[in-house]
Amino acid sequence: MDKHNIHAPESHGSHGGSMKSYVIGFLFSIILTIIPLVVVMNDMLNKTATTVLILLMAVLQFLVQLIFFMHIRDEEKPRFNLMALIFGLVILLTIVAGSIWIMTYNTVAS
Amino acid sequence: MLDKLKEFASEFFVTGDPLILGAQVSIGLSLVAIIFALTFFKKWKWLWTEWLTSVDHKKIGIMYIIASLLMLFRGGVDALLMRMQLAAPQLEFLNAEHYNAIFTTHGVIMILFMAMPLMFGLFNIVVPLQIGARDVAFPFLNSLSFWMFFFGAMLFNVSFIIGGSPDAGWLAYPPLSELSGSPGLGQDFYIWGIQISGIGSLATGINFIVTILKMRAPGMKLMQMPMFIWSVLSSCITIIFAFPILTVTLFLLFLDRYLGAHFFTLDGGGNPMMYINLIWMWGHPEVYIVILPAFGIFSEVVSTFSKKKLFGYKSMVFALMSISFFSFFTWAHHFFTMGSGADVNAFFAITTMLIAIPTGVKVFNWLFTMYRGRITFSTPMMWAVAFIPCFVVGGMTGVMLSVAPADFQFHNSYFLIAHFHQVLIGGVVFGYFAGLYYWWPKMFGFRLHEGLGKWAFWFWNIGFYVCFMPQYALGLDGMTRRVNTYDFDMGWQPLNVISTVGAFLMGLAFIFQVWQIAHSIKFYKKEKDGDAWDGRTLEWSIPSPAPLYNFARLPQVRSQDDWWEEKQRKAKGEPAKPLAPLEPIHMPKNSGIPFIMSACWFTAGFGFVWDWKWMIVLGLGGVVVCMLARSFSYDTDYYIPVDEIERTEAALRGTK
Repeated sequence: MDKHNIHAPESHGSHGGSMKSYVIGFLFSIILTIIPLVVVMNDMLNKTATTVLILLMAVLQFLVQLIFFMHIRDEEKPRFNLMALIFGLVILLTIVAGSIWIMTYNTVAS
Repeated sequence: MLDKLKEFASEFFVTGDPLILGAQVSIGLSLVAIIFALTFFKKWKWLWTEWLTSVDHKKIGIMYIIASLLMLFRGGVDALLMRMQLAAPQLEFLNAEHYNAIFTTHGVIMILFMAMPLMFGLFNIVVPLQIGARDVAFPFLNSLSFWMFFFGAMLFNVSFIIGGSPDAGWLAYPPLSELSGSPGLGQDFYIWGIQISGIGSLATGINFIVTILKMRAPGMKLMQMPMFIWSVLSSCITIIFAFPILTVTLFLLFLDRYLGAHFFTLDGGGNPMMYINLIWMWGHPEVYIVILPAFGIFSEVVSTFSKKKLFGYKSMVFALMSISFFSFFTWAHHFFTMGSGADVNAFFAITTMLIAIPTGVKVFNWLFTMYRGRITFSTPMMWAVAFIPCFVVGGMTGVMLSVAPADFQFHNSYFLIAHFHQVLIGGVVFGYFAGLYYWWPKMFGFRLHEGLGKWAFWFWNIGFYVCFMPQYALGLDGMTRRVNTYDFDMGWQPLNVISTVGAFLMGLAFIFQVWQIAHSIKFYKKEKDGDAWDGRTLEWSIPSPAPLYNFARLPQVRSQDDWWEEKQRKAKGEPAKPLAPLEPIHMPKNSGIPFIMSACWFTAGFGFVWDWKWMIVLGLGGVVVCMLARSFSYDTDYYIPVDEIERTEAALRGTK
């Protein structure tokens, strides 16, 4: 965020941070919040479908935040933020999948 | 009233053990002595303005190092107490409870409050100087990191005289660390001490990544950075991904203890094994966090004292980065015996063995750097040379441990203890000592006495092997870790006595080091030239100790080992780089907020430990006030005018 304020305007072509993109991002994030809320409160889908839907909305929400508010697309090269994000996702995946794998076997074995 | 006070005091302070009473008295006396000395010499203001509020990376680095050496002393005393008990187990020098507390604090202090701050101290002092920067990217945050670490460490350390020590092992496995197993306050001190200092570690990680990526001197490409900088980068990347896992895991343990949650309890759907799984996701990367910078130091030292460019620069960078990446995929090797099945164990055994490959590459790189070099055996180089065989043996026993079926025999035996002490002392401690000796002239502007340093070196080394080699044999003989006593007919006593002798040799070595420092201060001889060892990197191009602003002119870097190349060009009679005119230097202002804010965290942590609500509110309220105060302070920087720079430079370089 901070970095953004000190960018020289000519350094890069299309910079995020316009009123339009913030409004679009805001609308997207609101819609993505409302969808699971409505679905859960009205019991519209069965349990598995609801879970999948919530997870899907969460991932989309994550992308909306990254694109419209974190300006991940506008970063200049070298793209350290993007690299850090990808590495973070790899670690996150390792933690979640690894724990599930290890702990599942643990219960089977005991 | 008096009775109530007495009752409170008997709960508040740890009572009943003569050793602890002695410690309480000596701590009390030293506190009084320090306060008296500061008042008598009218140094309070000096302490506050020059040190406690400083945002200068060099001073913060020195404070880190002082704190870590104090912690080394405490952790070392813990170790000696344990060795005394084990040499004569029938004497009950320490009872079981006290022994548990001591091995717990020994582990936590040595890793988190000795190795980490010593590492951060070296980061602070060296990184900006080596990349030609004037400070770190976020000087205020840097100061905050230090004080968070310091107050976290203090919160942990007071536990042995106030409230009771944690005694559930250095990683506090549940269910022992749950309320059911540890109803006392020690475990809460553990959680809060580590949480508070953990915030500092995380912030330091971020700070140095940004510093390295954004603040290098003009012209310095990534592939021209000194190897120490690469090692700091890889270590910090590991920090920012590993430390959040620790924070979350300990927070869940806190919820279990404080709010009665059931994440890791035996009942209510909890699973203690999940804690072990999570904590090692941090714990394994953590050991790489502390060893990687040591690799960087060895690279600098070996190259400087062999007068040769580092062999295999690119392979070294690749090895560092791949170690920091692979460190996240090996954690389950700490609990092969948990019974996760053959697939899980095989996977983690293989990833663990893979790590040995880049590490081996590094060892060969150091050897080839020395090959046909003009080697001088100054103290830093001696540590580096002693490190190689020690670390190779430690690494090989590590590969033995990584073989999952064999690990069922080695697990939690003294074989394991000997292994990790060999990589941590032989790798990390030797490495940081090498760094400390190497950069000492740069930090303080005088050299350490070489002769005493060599005595310390030999005592450390011989002591190390005498102490830990018998422990491999003890482990294979079946002695398990964390036992405070064993029967005479086990036949373990002779080897244990030898091991204890070794531990005391290392204790003597530490005394030699203290003597060495004291001697060198007494016979203080100012280092005239900033280039103490005929160095290769930018930190040696400026006077020692470095002026406040480090570089009067930002250096223009043209090649790897730029200062060395510059000296070669000068020797050949080529014209020096033209000097740019001096410009006013933009500097951060000192701030008391980091100190106060960390003290507030300490207060809050102490309140959480005792569950005193008023104190929690007071502490956290103070934290919020400090954050607001910082957010609204705009007067945070200033410029050093050109004529002041000229005067400082002239005085430091002895011209005019």
